Amino acid sequence: MADNQVVEPQVLPPNPEKATLEGRNKFLGFWFFLGGETVLFGSLFGTYLGLRTSTEGGPGPSELFHLDLVFIMTMILLTSSLTSVFAIINMKRGNFNKLLIWMWATVALGVAFLSFEIYEFYDYYFNYGLGFTVSAFASSFYTLVGTHGAHVAFGVGWITTLLIRYRKAGITLANAPKFYTAVLYWHFIDVVWVFIFTVVYLLGAGG
Amino acid sequence: MKHMLKLLPFSLILLLAGCGMENLSALDPRGPVAEMQLSLIQLSLYIMIFVIVIVFSIYAFVLIRFRERPGDTHIPKQVHGNRTLEFIWTTIPILLLLLLAIPNVMDTFTLADTGIPDEGVDEELLDEDDEVQDYVVIEAHAHQFWWEFVYPDLGVNAGQDMYIPTDTRVIVELEASDVIHSFWVPALAGKQDNVPGITNDLWFEAPEEGIYMGKCTEICGPSHWLMDFKVVAVDPDTFDSWAETMAEPPEDQLEPEGEVAVEGRDIFVENCIACHAIGDEGGNTGPNFTNYSERTVVAGFLEYSDDNLHDWIRDPDSLKPGNEMPGFGEEAISDDEMDALIEYINTLSVLDE
Amino acid sequence: MANSSPAKKSVLWDWLTTVDHKKIGIMYFLAGLFFFAVAGLEAILMRIQLMFPEMSFLGEQTYNELLTMHGTTMLFLAAMPLFFGFMNFVVPLQIGARDVAFPFINSLGFWLFLFGGIILNVSWFTGGAPDAAWTSYVPLSSDSPGHGVDYYVMGLQVSGAGTLMSGINFLVTIVNMRAPGMSMMRMPLFTWSTFVTSMLILFAFPALTVGLLLLMLDRIFGGAFFDVAMGGNVVIWQHLFWIFGHPEVYILILPAFGIFSEVISTFAKKRLFGYSAMVFATLIIGFLGFMVWAHHMFTVGMGPVANAIFAVATMAIAVPTGIKIFNWLLTLWGGRIRFTVANLFALAFIPSFVMGGVTGVMLATSAANYQFHDTYFVVAHFHYVIIGGSVFGIFAGTFYWWPKMFGYRLSEAWGKWFFWLFLIGFHMTFFVQHFLGLMGMPRRVASYLDGQNLNDLNFISTMGAFFMGTAFILLVINVLISRKNTENTDDPWDGRTLEWATTSPVQEYNFAQTPLVRDLDALFYEKMNGDGRMKAAEPLGDIHMPNGSILPIFIALGLSIASFGVIYYSWPVIIGGLVVTFFTMMLRSVIEDHGYNIPVSEITGEKGEDK
Repeated sequence: MADNQVVEPQVLPPNPEKATLEGRNKFLGFWFFLGGETVLFGSLFGTYLGLRTSTEGGPGPSELFHLDLVFIMTMILLTSSLTSVFAIINMKRGNFNKLLIWMWATVALGVAFLSFEIYEFYDYYFNYGLGFTVSAFASSFYTLVGTHGAHVAFGVGWITTLLIRYRKAGITLANAPKFYTAVLYWHFIDVVWVFIFTVVYLLGAGG
Repeated sequence: MKHMLKLLPFSLILLLAGCGMENLSALDPRGPVAEMQLSLIQLSLYIMIFVIVIVFSIYAFVLIRFRERPGDTHIPKQVHGNRTLEFIWTTIPILLLLLLAIPNVMDTFTLADTGIPDEGVDEELLDEDDEVQDYVVIEAHAHQFWWEFVYPDLGVNAGQDMYIPTDTRVIVELEASDVIHSFWVPALAGKQDNVPGITNDLWFEAPEEGIYMGKCTEICGPSHWLMDFKVVAVDPDTFDSWAETMAEPPEDQLEPEGEVAVEGRDIFVENCIACHAIGDEGGNTGPNFTNYSERTVVAGFLEYSDDNLHDWIRDPDSLKPGNEMPGFGEEAISDDEMDALIEYINTLSVLDE
Repeated sequence: MANSSPAKKSVLWDWLTTVDHKKIGIMYFLAGLFFFAVAGLEAILMRIQLMFPEMSFLGEQTYNELLTMHGTTMLFLAAMPLFFGFMNFVVPLQIGARDVAFPFINSLGFWLFLFGGIILNVSWFTGGAPDAAWTSYVPLSSDSPGHGVDYYVMGLQVSGAGTLMSGINFLVTIVNMRAPGMSMMRMPLFTWSTFVTSMLILFAFPALTVGLLLLMLDRIFGGAFFDVAMGGNVVIWQHLFWIFGHPEVYILILPAFGIFSEVISTFAKKRLFGYSAMVFATLIIGFLGFMVWAHHMFTVGMGPVANAIFAVATMAIAVPTGIKIFNWLLTLWGGRIRFTVANLFALAFIPSFVMGGVTGVMLATSAANYQFHDTYFVVAHFHYVIIGGSVFGIFAGTFYWWPKMFGYRLSEAWGKWFFWLFLIGFHMTFFVQHFLGLMGMPRRVASYLDGQNLNDLNFISTMGAFFMGTAFILLVINVLISRKNTENTDDPWDGRTLEWATTSPVQEYNFAQTPLVRDLDALFYEKMNGDGRMKAAEPLGDIHMPNGSILPIFIALGLSIASFGVIYYSWPVIIGGLVVTFFTMMLRSVIEDHGYNIPVSEITGEKGEDK
């Protein structure tokens, strides 16, 4: 159970993230957690769908949303999922440096996504007057998209912490599950964004 | 469990005989809707008593037969289960539930169908000659902690007492001005909620004349328990004349005879009419006063008397905490003025008896 | 590498930092018992107010605060933690594990629950508790003046986060940590019900989290979710609340079902009748629990189609529940039934719960529900299922597992007095309430007017509540005076499941050697077919244990500080609290904890002392 020792790449098992009981626990527990997160976002989506037409004379989806901006954001986030997949492939191959590089790339894309989102909110607030308290639509829009944004921000912070903490550690049976779950989380927020893109932006812009 | 078994037949007697206060209890229905609901309750109760009898019999038998006796140390046979039995006690409950579910679904749709003409006249509203039956639409606006009844087709606004004609379908549209309330007249019909931003409806009929007790059943603040109202069923002719007078009160409502009443009227106009309209004159922040003296209670729950009116006007919040009406102390209305005001209020009536 | 043994700690420090599932279980249990007493006292105050018509014992506002806190405390801070106490203590033992999957998160879950409970109850001393009922329907709750409802929102948010973590922890423990031979279909029913309950927690609590988040945004940050004037919709709250709230009902009843299955089987000396049907019924109940939330909303105006669908779906739950009742009866059939206090509660549960169940079917009848809804009939119904089910389950579990948890047996004689007084009081209090409801008494009323024929039954009801209160005092006395009954505590009931194969009190590492499970009712199988002791699945060796940690308290403390920041809308306090939390979380992530080893010599030495 002593899992802190550095294992040479060639002796690492093919799935280092699931090689220990702790790793398997983390892996399974995280899947359960994502199940709960699904209900959380489901509830927020439901709320948004119930209130999306309640603009009360304030700005509404069709005048607010710029699909070009949102499309770029979607591409950024999808690409970041891809880079994190490369990271995990390299982890399984035992290539720690490439793992680090691809994870940093993921973080960078996450930051880029967040910057766009902040710009988007700034634009809505100052150029369109869509404050959080303006209408039920505004509240539910900011809460749904903002909760997703907060998840992205947390993911960026989490992965950054891992990268700094293990910058020289190499792949071990202790940190492999951590990278793996972080990437799992990252995919999850990516999938949620796909739903936001469809349900909020496409549906909103299309009327 | 002994006491429970003893209570069981007792409960049946209570249910079958009906109990509780007349015109309040759901166990003593006074109209077709409440009757339909009580018969559904009885159906479910009989099915459930059937289940209870079976379970309790097996239970009693098992406890007596298989209890440990002194000196008994045998190890019972470790039975795994029995598929036939599992099948039986899965299937029979399903059948019993269907017996209840089918009439329930039918009643649910019947009750939801008010048959308001602009939704297309419902067959139930047509009598034998395909004529549209008489019906009356009443909007019930719930406020903390009183009820406002608006008759849109008749131009009537009434507070606290909901007058309805007997043998006529009453369609109630439920609205709320502040928080959620719920409209319940147990002897006539089950409840629906008054939800802000949404209009619900329900219907019922009262074949007999009488005063039926209504209550708010959704917690709505401190005085939730005092948010009572009355449904007053009168014969259709009386109802018509009531509605006519309510819509256009007689001259002497605002121009009463007698010196004291005139003084009282002036005080009323000065202090009260901004919230309590007479006819369509005045505001509707509080209950309409056109027929006030015909009420049986003050503020929904106090016995109608000069003393209670006096106490209420002086300090409403101590009697019904959280209500919106301000108190009128002696600096606002002196004792003499109060007497005049009450005398005036006592003249406010629309039904000539 | 792991160091050999932790330094000697003071008792207090040991309990504050413990990650041992047994100690956490005991803390859950004791905290739950405390909140149970508080909420029970609140109930008795309310019943005194309702003893006579138009009483002025309590003001209306105080009454509304009491009814809100009674419901909220009983469900979130008493019933659930008491079950969590049993689950934490018993489940790892029943599956032959050394600990839960995430000991640190387990401890964090407990402290979050406790701090959440404290936040909620602090409101009594800061100008008024929440007053919009445990359902906190908007706009009554969103418009409620003062900070009461803010305490409700933040208290439940914090304790709910803890509950969610515990749920995930149990799930992973049960899936991954079972001893060799303990297949899913050999798990004791209590473990099964813990598993299904945790599933319900996992999928139900996030809906509450969102509901509370929206209510917080509306109340404190000017959101417009429930503000009709701004286009908000007040029914959304009800949907979110009941999507959580209905599964919550099953979260409260399924563990009790599990306890009854254990207790009835043990004291009838028989294998559980229809084990696989019982497991299947538990799963079905858990699944249907998510399909029926709107039966709490028949009168809100959803229309006849939705009402009819939810009515029929709700009735369907009676079927798996009936299956369970009959299987329990058939487990008793042919057995050798011992009337211990634990079993008395299990046996009293059957008729009591059947009565609660049949009124449940009556309530599911949507057209009739228009009469029942929000009256004392509903109050009677859910107290029949929650007391007749959950609370009886808790008391059965208390008497059953007490020797294992605390190392002494509760007095059976005092226990029987307690049982009869509580049972009689319970039926006296709630049976008459069915009639009060139909006779025109709405629920959540601070009083009732004279002359409505409601007086007598209300008086009877209050008398029953006094009986229950007195009974609870007998239980407390029992706990205090029974402490010398320390003999025969390892396996006092001739148990069937693995927890009775350990010593009492249980060693830190539970099992010196992981047991090998050969059948359902693993211990009973060895008693019948072996030498009465579990076979070992591994050779004796050093046992690795996780270190205790003070960090969970700080994480919970930080969130509590942030909660007070939200309640009083102070950004510095919010940020300060969150910094504490996130910094502690980072510490946890950065400091690697390798745990410690208990050497073989110590294990065998201890064993030698015991035997």
